[in-house]
Amino acid sequence: MKLTPGKAILLALILLGATVTGVRFARGLGAVTHLSDRFPWGLWVGFDVLVGVALAAGGFTMAAAVYVFNLKRFEPLLRPAILTAFLGYILVILALLVDLGRPYRIWHPMIMWNPRSVMFEVAWCVMLYTTVLALEFSPAVFERLRMERPRKIIRAVTVPLVIAGVILSTLHQSSLGALFLIVPEKLHPLWYTPLLPILFFVSALAVAPAMVILEALVSARAYRRQPEGELLGELASVIPVILGIYLLLKLYALGTGGSITWVFAGTVESMMYWLELLLGVVLPAFLLAIPDVRRSVRGLLWSSSLVVLGVVLNRLNVAIIGMWAAAGTRYLPSWMEVAITAGIVALGIFLYTVAVEHLPIFPEQRLRLVQQER
Amino acid sequence: MDQRRHRTGGSVHAITRREFVRKGLGGLILLTAGGVLSSRAVAKAPLVREKAILIDTARCIGCKSCVAACKEAHGLPPEETGDLSPTTLTNVFFRPIAEPKPHLVLGEGRLQERSYKYQCMHCLDPACASACPVAALRKTPQGPVIYDASRCIGCRYCMMACPFRVPRFEWAKALPSITKCDFCAGRLAAGKKPACVEACPAEALKFGDREELLREARERIKGDPARYFNYIYGEHEVGGTSMLYLADVPFQELGFPNLPKEPLPALTWKSLSKIPGLVVLLGAFLSFVQWLSQRRVEVERIEVAVERRKAA
Repeated sequence: MKLTPGKAILLALILLGATVTGVRFARGLGAVTHLSDRFPWGLWVGFDVLVGVALAAGGFTMAAAVYVFNLKRFEPLLRPAILTAFLGYILVILALLVDLGRPYRIWHPMIMWNPRSVMFEVAWCVMLYTTVLALEFSPAVFERLRMERPRKIIRAVTVPLVIAGVILSTLHQSSLGALFLIVPEKLHPLWYTPLLPILFFVSALAVAPAMVILEALVSARAYRRQPEGELLGELASVIPVILGIYLLLKLYALGTGGSITWVFAGTVESMMYWLELLLGVVLPAFLLAIPDVRRSVRGLLWSSSLVVLGVVLNRLNVAIIGMWAAAGTRYLPSWMEVAITAGIVALGIFLYTVAVEHLPIFPEQRLRLVQQER
Repeated sequence: MDQRRHRTGGSVHAITRREFVRKGLGGLILLTAGGVLSSRAVAKAPLVREKAILIDTARCIGCKSCVAACKEAHGLPPEETGDLSPTTLTNVFFRPIAEPKPHLVLGEGRLQERSYKYQCMHCLDPACASACPVAALRKTPQGPVIYDASRCIGCRYCMMACPFRVPRFEWAKALPSITKCDFCAGRLAAGKKPACVEACPAEALKFGDREELLREARERIKGDPARYFNYIYGEHEVGGTSMLYLADVPFQELGFPNLPKEPLPALTWKSLSKIPGLVVLLGAFLSFVQWLSQRRVEVERIEVAVERRKAA
């Protein structure tokens, strides 16, 4: 493996994150974070967990498209999507290990049950779905190692595995929204709605193709390969539909929740709400509805980036900005919290490059492997 | 289902269990959920009188004897902390009031402010206990909401969920726990009163059965309607709490949160209870779609083969 400037930056970020993580474990959460009794959840829950899980939605949606709906033409995009999802969930678990007060007890939900807890459900779904993703990704490793038998076994159970993955993802994508149903007094009315679980799920569905497109374009540029242009354009055409449904749901929540006056309150919250909705939902929905935008690499790149930005803003608004007013304190992460998050993201990108350089991920790599066998 | 009418934790559990079983169709989560909830409901079945504390803030002189007694009973350092903290499980707060009013005990000596004791409210259907993924927090039939530090993973969802912002986290420790008032559960089991109640020199704290204390609170209000604000805080808040408050000023002035009457766990339960049905429905739907699309692919393949043969 060559050490390119890009990889050097990634490694530096990982090293910094690891160092701060060391401080966190030696001296406690209070020493490195701006978290407090009034603000017990911050960047790691808001970004690393909520955003991380949402951005990993490409895995279950592409798997469903290829194996449940039999849209085989999308198969070239599947394995990169599964890889991203798998790495995404590993990063979420890593972030949890940093965020939990007693990370060595992360397995407790397996034997200590509380079925009334949303967190309990999330814990189980994340555990099970990460296992599903590992199995869904395993053929890449088996192909590389030329292990025929396990590869055949996985192939035989692929369909039930994919269906289980879709069910588990539906449950916990929505449950991450349901986590906040218990804080009607704390979450700002612009974001608190009984629809939170549905909104989280639908926005995950919208960001799933956007992430797949973004990743395909970025990796195409990085590895000087031809992007799957037409396929990406076709994939992009579903985004305005899902964003449209999402927008209607958001407006319905606003109308029924009596929070319409808050939209024009001119507060930080109302500005963030506008930003999230206009920049992250309305604009990309409008752009991707235009065929010419979907046909151009630049158009796809920008509009799918906006969809991703919209979901990032939404999750941070729910977890952080929307909590400010009731908490009476405006939490912002410390530089050390940011350093750990940056380190975790860098680790994800680094592992992606390692996987892409050593395993058959893209269709042409798989083809080459098959040709070598012959 | 009307959880509003059922104010004890026991009946709420029983209702949710019944609903769970009615709606449930299968699945691992469902089975165990039924098991866990039913065992809990059975444990609550014998008629245990739920204990409570009546906190009469009109009588509170702000001496903090309760704080000192609590610290001693829990083996905590006597140093003051401004707020609730890992070493201060109960505290006394002072608040200026809108209209000058002679204090019940101190008379003209205290016109401008009131003091009140604050600690875990010991909700009848606690949000923290429903939120905790590992059941480290639990409402006991006797009243206390207790915490088992050996189960806790430190996710802090209880702190998020608590409408009274009571649980505190040991931010400064490498191996932290959650801390909060335990209603002296150990002393209660030994037939003793909570340490704070025993220490109060002004009779501002009274320990007893919840129903009896509610009756007494109503009598105190009726006995001096000019003084008391006509409201028992904790009777209905988030489904009711084991800590009941009286005041001679509106509770808003003391900074008590204005909360809905419904227990908060009902909000998440509405979503969670749909899971078993959703799993079955989604499983059936996805299997059907898969079967259908697979068939279409195969039919197409055969058609192409037939066409080819015809052409040949």
